[in-house]
Amino acid sequence: MAKFSLKVRRFKPEPGEGPYWENFDVDLDPDLSVLDGLLQVRDQQDGSLSVRCSCKAAICGSCGVKINGQSTLACKTRLSEAKEWANRSNGNSEPITIEPMGNMPVIKDLVTDMESTHWQKIRRVTPWLLPKGDPPEREYIVPPESMIDVTQTMACVQCGACVSACLSMEADPDFVGPAALAKAYRFVGDPRDGERKERLHDLAQDPHGIYNCTHCFACVEACPKGVAPMDQIMRLRRIAGHDEDIDDVNNGRRHELAFVNIIEQKGTLDEALLLQESFAPGIKGKLKPPRGAIKALFDNIPTALRAIRSGKARSAEKLVPGIHPKLPGDAQKHVKRIYAHAEEHRIELNLYIKGEEFGGGDDNEAEELAENELQGKEGAPA
Amino acid sequence: MSPAKNLKFAYWPGCVSRGFTTELHGSMALVAEKLEIELVELDRANCCGAGVIAEHNQELADTLNARTFALAQQTGLPMMNICSTCQGAQSECRQRLDADKAYREHVNGALAEEGLSYDPEGFSNKNFLWVLVEDYGLQKLKNRVVRPLEGLRVGPFYGCYVLRPRHRLGYDQHPERDLYLEKVIEALGGTVVEYDGARKCCGFPVITMSREVSLRQAGTHLGDAMDAGADCLVTPCPLCHLNLDMQQPEAAKVTGKDLDLAVLHLPQLVGLALGIDPKELGLGKHVASTKWVIDRLEPVSA
Ligand code: SF4
Ligand code: SF4
Ligand code: FES
Repeated sequence: MAKFSLKVRRFKPEPGEGPYWENFDVDLDPDLSVLDGLLQVRDQQDGSLSVRCSCKAAICGSCGVKINGQSTLACKTRLSEAKEWANRSNGNSEPITIEPMGNMPVIKDLVTDMESTHWQKIRRVTPWLLPKGDPPEREYIVPPESMIDVTQTMACVQCGACVSACLSMEADPDFVGPAALAKAYRFVGDPRDGERKERLHDLAQDPHGIYNCTHCFACVEACPKGVAPMDQIMRLRRIAGHDEDIDDVNNGRRHELAFVNIIEQKGTLDEALLLQESFAPGIKGKLKPPRGAIKALFDNIPTALRAIRSGKARSAEKLVPGIHPKLPGDAQKHVKRIYAHAEEHRIELNLYIKGEEFGGGDDNEAEELAENELQGKEGAPA
Repeated sequence: MSPAKNLKFAYWPGCVSRGFTTELHGSMALVAEKLEIELVELDRANCCGAGVIAEHNQELADTLNARTFALAQQTGLPMMNICSTCQGAQSECRQRLDADKAYREHVNGALAEEGLSYDPEGFSNKNFLWVLVEDYGLQKLKNRVVRPLEGLRVGPFYGCYVLRPRHRLGYDQHPERDLYLEKVIEALGGTVVEYDGARKCCGFPVITMSREVSLRQAGTHLGDAMDAGADCLVTPCPLCHLNLDMQQPEAAKVTGKDLDLAVLHLPQLVGLALGIDPKELGLGKHVASTKWVIDRLEPVSA
C-alpha cells in the first residue's frame, strides 16, 4: 500500500459555479490504476464525484481522462506510473492531476459530452460497409492478408483520448478528427467496400477533412490501443493523392506533388518554388491552377515580402522560383534513381503488423542492438 | 571517434536552415566553434521529406533518409541535425528501416550504385538540443557562459517532432528529452516562462492547406506566452520559427491579438550567452523584432 494525492478537476452543472480543483488522498496498492483511486474516493470520501467507467480493463473505452495533462484511459494508467510522471521534474510532492478530456464540453466532473465532438464525427464518415452489388449468397470471401491491413484501426475502443489530445481540433472544432478518420480508413482499406472512391473524395474535399491534420502526433501518443490515427490519416492522403489523384480544393494534393517533385529535381527544398507550385501549378506541372489557388497565392504575398524585407530571402535564389541549386556532383542523379526505385516498388511497411526487431530510439547503443538480436526480440501488436 | 575530448559530428543542417532561416545555419556554426564541437557538413545529403514525401510514398521517404544516414556513416561519425522536423521525419523512417532486415536490404539496394549502405548498428542521429544536454553536458555549458541571460524570460517551444511519439524518439532511454529546453534556458542563466503552448503544434504543416487553422495555432501560443510575460521564445525547429516569426503578423490578424514576440533559434540563444554579437547571430534577420531581447542583455566586456 502507498499514499497517493489526487488533484481532481471538478465541475458541477448547477449555474453560477465554475470548475475548481479538489485534492483527495488515497491509500492503495501502487499497481492499481488511477481509476481505482477515483473509485475509492467516490466510495469513501465523496459520493458525488462523477467518473465514467465500466470494464476496468481498457476494453470498453469509457474512462478517458487527462492524467497529468496526458489524454489516456484511467484504468490503463497505474497509480505508481502517474505519480512518477507528476513528479519527474520537481521533487516528490506533486499530486497526480486528473482532468476531464479536452476538446469536449464537460457535463460533470470527469464526464464529458462526446456526442458533438466524437460520435457525430464518427457517423460523419459512414462507419459501416457499403458493399458493391448484391450481397453474396453466403459470407464474403476475402484474402486474409487484405483484412490484416485494417486490423489496426479495428482495435479502436472509441474512448476519445485522441480527440481530447488533437491539436488541430483545438484550433478548429469542425475538424473531422483522429478517431473518425481512423475509422474512415477502416472502410477505405476494406476490400469488400464499394464506395472507396466516394469516401476518399468526400474526405479530401472537405476543408475539415484529411488535409486539416497538422501532423502533431498527439493522437498517436494518446491512443491506448495502438491505432495511431495520424498514420491512418497519412495513408488516406497517400491513397487519395497518389492512387486516386484527387485534385482537392485544399491544396493537399498539389502541395504534396510540388514538394515531391522539387526534391527529385533539386535534392533539397526550394521554398519559393514550393509556394508557387503548391498554389498555382501548371506553369511547369501538368495540373492547371484551380479556382481559389491564385487568391491563396496572393494571400501569401505579404509573408513573402516580409521575408525579403527582414533579410531572410535576400539572395536571388530565394526570390525567383526555380533557381535554387541542385545537389553537388552526381548526387542529384542518385536521388533521381532512388525515386525510380521507390516508385517501382512502393513498399509500405506497417510496424503494427510487422512488429519491431529493435526498440525505437535514436541512439541505440551497440550492445543493446546485439542483445536484442540474440534474444530475437519480436514486437507484437498490443 | 578520435581520442580527443572534443565532440565531432556528421552534420545535417536541413533545407530550411539554408533557405528561409539562414540565421540558424550561421548561428550554429558560430556556436559550434565556441563550444569546440566539430561539424562535418553532409553537403551531398537530401531533404528529409518533412513527413510530406512519406505521405506520397513511404518507401521513397525511407530510402531518401537511408541515403542520408549512409552518408553520415561514411564519415565514421554520429550524426547531428538542427531541426525538430528533420529529427522526427528521420526517426520515423529509421524505425521502419531498423525493424526489418529484408526491407532494409531492399532499400540499401537502391543505394548500392552510389556505394552507400545504411547499417543500424551503432548509428546515432541527434538534434542539437539532445547533443547539448546528453553529450556536451549542462555543467560544461554553464562554465562557458560569459553573458548570463539574467532577467531574460524565455518561453520554450519544442516542435512536435522531437516530442512525440516518445517510443520512437528514444525517450525510453532518455525520458527527460521533453524537459531539455527548460534545462538549457536555466543553464544559460535565463528564466523559464511556463505557458500553455510549449509542447503544442506551431501549425506549420497545414499552412498551405488550412491557413486559418495554422495561423490560429501559432497566434494562440504566441499570445499565451506574451500573457505569461515572456520576453522571447526559443525553438530547436526552423519550421516552427517560420510560423511563429515570419507569419507572426498574419497570425496576429487571424487571432485579433497584438502580437510582438521575438522567436529565437536555439543556437542563437546559446550564442548570446556565450557572448557572441547579436548581429553575427543573425538576430537582425527576424520578422518580429529582437531589439527588446538585445536591450535586456548586458553588453559583453570582451
Ligand atoms: S496528428 Fe492530426 S489528427 Fe492526430 S492529433 Fe495531431 S492534428 Fe489531430
Ligand atoms: S483511436 Fe485510440 S484514442 Fe482514438 S478513440 Fe480509438 S482507441 Fe481511443
Ligand atoms: S473502464 Fe473500460 S476502458 Fe477503462
